[in-house]
Amino acid sequence: MYPIERVEALNAEVTRMVVRAPQIARKIKPGQFVMLRIDERGERIPLTMNDCDPQAGTVTIVFQAVGATTKRLATMQAGEALADFVGPLGNPTELEGARRACVIGGGLGTAIAYPQAKWLHEHGCEVDVITGFRNKDLILLEDEINACSTRQIIMTDDGSNGNKGLVTQALQQRIDEGADYDLVLAVGPVIMMKFVAATTKPYGIKTLVSMNPLMIDGTGMCGGCRVKVGEEYLHACVDGPDFDGHLVDYDDAMRRGVMYREFESQAREDRDCGERKGA
Amino acid sequence: MAATYEVNKQLEKVPMPEQDPAARACNFDEVAWGYTPEDAMVEARRCIQCPKKPCMDGCPVGVPIPRFIESVAHGEFAEAYAAVKAANALPAICGRVCPQERQCEGVCTRGRKGEPVGIGRLERFVADWAFEHPDEAAAALGQAEGGADRAADSKRLAGKRVACVGSGPASLTCAGELAKMGADVTVFEALHKVGGVLVYGIPEFRLPKDLVAREVSSLSDLGVSFETNAVIGRLYDVDELLDEQGFDAVFVGTGAGLPGYLGIEGEGLNGVMVANELLTRVNLMKAYLFPEHETPVYVGKKCIVVGGGNVAMDAARTAKRLGADVTVVYRRSREEMPARAEEIHHAEQEGIAFQMLTSPVRALGDDKGWIAGLECERMELGEPDASGRRRPKPVAGSEFVMDADMLVIAVGSKTNPLIANTTPGLEVTARNLVVADERTGATSKPGVFAGGDTVIGAATVILAMGAGKRAASGIAEYLAPSA
Repeated sequence: MYPIERVEALNAEVTRMVVRAPQIARKIKPGQFVMLRIDERGERIPLTMNDCDPQAGTVTIVFQAVGATTKRLATMQAGEALADFVGPLGNPTELEGARRACVIGGGLGTAIAYPQAKWLHEHGCEVDVITGFRNKDLILLEDEINACSTRQIIMTDDGSNGNKGLVTQALQQRIDEGADYDLVLAVGPVIMMKFVAATTKPYGIKTLVSMNPLMIDGTGMCGGCRVKVGEEYLHACVDGPDFDGHLVDYDDAMRRGVMYREFESQAREDRDCGERKGA
Repeated sequence: MAATYEVNKQLEKVPMPEQDPAARACNFDEVAWGYTPEDAMVEARRCIQCPKKPCMDGCPVGVPIPRFIESVAHGEFAEAYAAVKAANALPAICGRVCPQERQCEGVCTRGRKGEPVGIGRLERFVADWAFEHPDEAAAALGQAEGGADRAADSKRLAGKRVACVGSGPASLTCAGELAKMGADVTVFEALHKVGGVLVYGIPEFRLPKDLVAREVSSLSDLGVSFETNAVIGRLYDVDELLDEQGFDAVFVGTGAGLPGYLGIEGEGLNGVMVANELLTRVNLMKAYLFPEHETPVYVGKKCIVVGGGNVAMDAARTAKRLGADVTVVYRRSREEMPARAEEIHHAEQEGIAFQMLTSPVRALGDDKGWIAGLECERMELGEPDASGRRRPKPVAGSEFVMDADMLVIAVGSKTNPLIANTTPGLEVTARNLVVADERTGATSKPGVFAGGDTVIGAATVILAMGAGKRAASGIAEYLAPSA
């Protein structure tokens, strides 16, 4: 069992959870993920690492309560424990050598982009972080990112923070202003990563995207997480989760990503029904 | 040697009691119920105790087949169990999943005229009997192992620590053999459950999971420890196991878990999956109990399974049980199918259709990106290829389309390159197979041994067990050379 040490709501939908897993904490690097299972009847779900503390022996995850499992996870408290927590899985993001990077996080993706910005900042890289949210109440990790970036630009869809627009607009503006990026990292909804890659392509800026497809075992076995990159299908769990943003087939990823949406809503319905019956 | 009982001259095996095909096609309970003690004794007496014992040469782990059958014939089930268990750590599993028709039963003297002796069924009976009579079985084992030689042997590896990577049949066998020699053994498993392909791959209706758990717990009783959720190559690499974690030797038995694809157009459509995905969702994650178990599985109305091996049969019969109408597409003919004869027979009984000499050309999608059909072509058999099977070649102009809203690909699997990529000095082939000595399991890296599918590519449970057993001897010889 893997004890939960701290739970904190970052906003109405997003939760930060610190889990005790000393062996993983010792090894996990930005871009790598864990798979967890709440209990015997639970799904295995992949969550990319938000932070880790090798001394304290903890790994931090941040998740949004959208599916049956993440909703149930959001109800768990410090002192409870997860049945399974396995990692580190996938390959660390290739961050070495970058001098001027732009790290882009869309919504929850900000939580995964954060350790990458932090690593780059600690290794002497100039880091711009651009994040995007639906409105100002959903903004994540503003203070943490301020502490590890040269510049933080927060965009909102509704302009409620006084900065209306998409992350791609901010990125385009920075490029136009002469930000001479040698690396752009994008983590967020597939559609956002698609347009970030489209923005950087004309300039030939190296662009990495972090894919988060359906996944069952996370060790290369099930083939569920295949992502079309160039002409071939690769497995996000063992070949990724980061891929060359200019080669990923985003439309294919979006289509595959919703394959189980009906089942997900069914699971939620059933659970909600069960709770009502139990009440 | 002559039989010490009156030989039963019946040409056919005593029939195996099993679930009615129509009923079992809708449930995940075990298909075959197993022999009663009376059935077993009658069947055992079909063995003529022939002097040459070809069956034993046909067994990769050397089970003393005539000897255990003789005990069964006399109703001495505890003795039979002790004889089997001394050679085979997982008899309840082998009795169910071994391709007996290509091993022991394939060379049985009785098979020259009529059916061979039901050796697999008898092995299963003996193992199941032992589960139901644990005290008598343990006493018989104790007696068999009580000799002075065994006692000396059980201390041979005292104080030595061995890590077994993976928890499939190769690793479990290796771990059990080493523990019997007194080694302190830890098995590392990447998933949350121990058993490897026995739990994620082979379905409940063919190999009940509580039975795998019982075989595993008998290893725990021998002192083997298990660490689940431990991905070697990520959490620790092999060098760390040897240096930092203090293991004296490492056995790599990580199997062949990576899926193979067809490489045809449309393989990325929704509703197309590899057999590993279907089987992992259903077996490991219990998606057939959705929504009580939270992992879902997509099932279509018309499912096509491509392949002719055991995995293809497992996938087809699983899809059938989940409610699909299933057709298996295989590019050669029934004779060349690598699946166990019994599985093909059971699949047919359960109403699964077969399109032999048929090969997929491309998957056709609808306007939403879901699979709608599979274009295939007919094949004919030409000259034998390297595997000795006749090579299929397409018949020009024979293309046709089959309707499908679910496609499962079961065309073999590859080894996971994680260990190879993270272990400097470990020699692998171009196909990422670990190079290991066939006799000892020794690899190019001192202290590291390997066996099973990770060395020979996707094969059978029993071959992996044989390799695990040989590697255990190799490891013992490496850690404590015999005088």
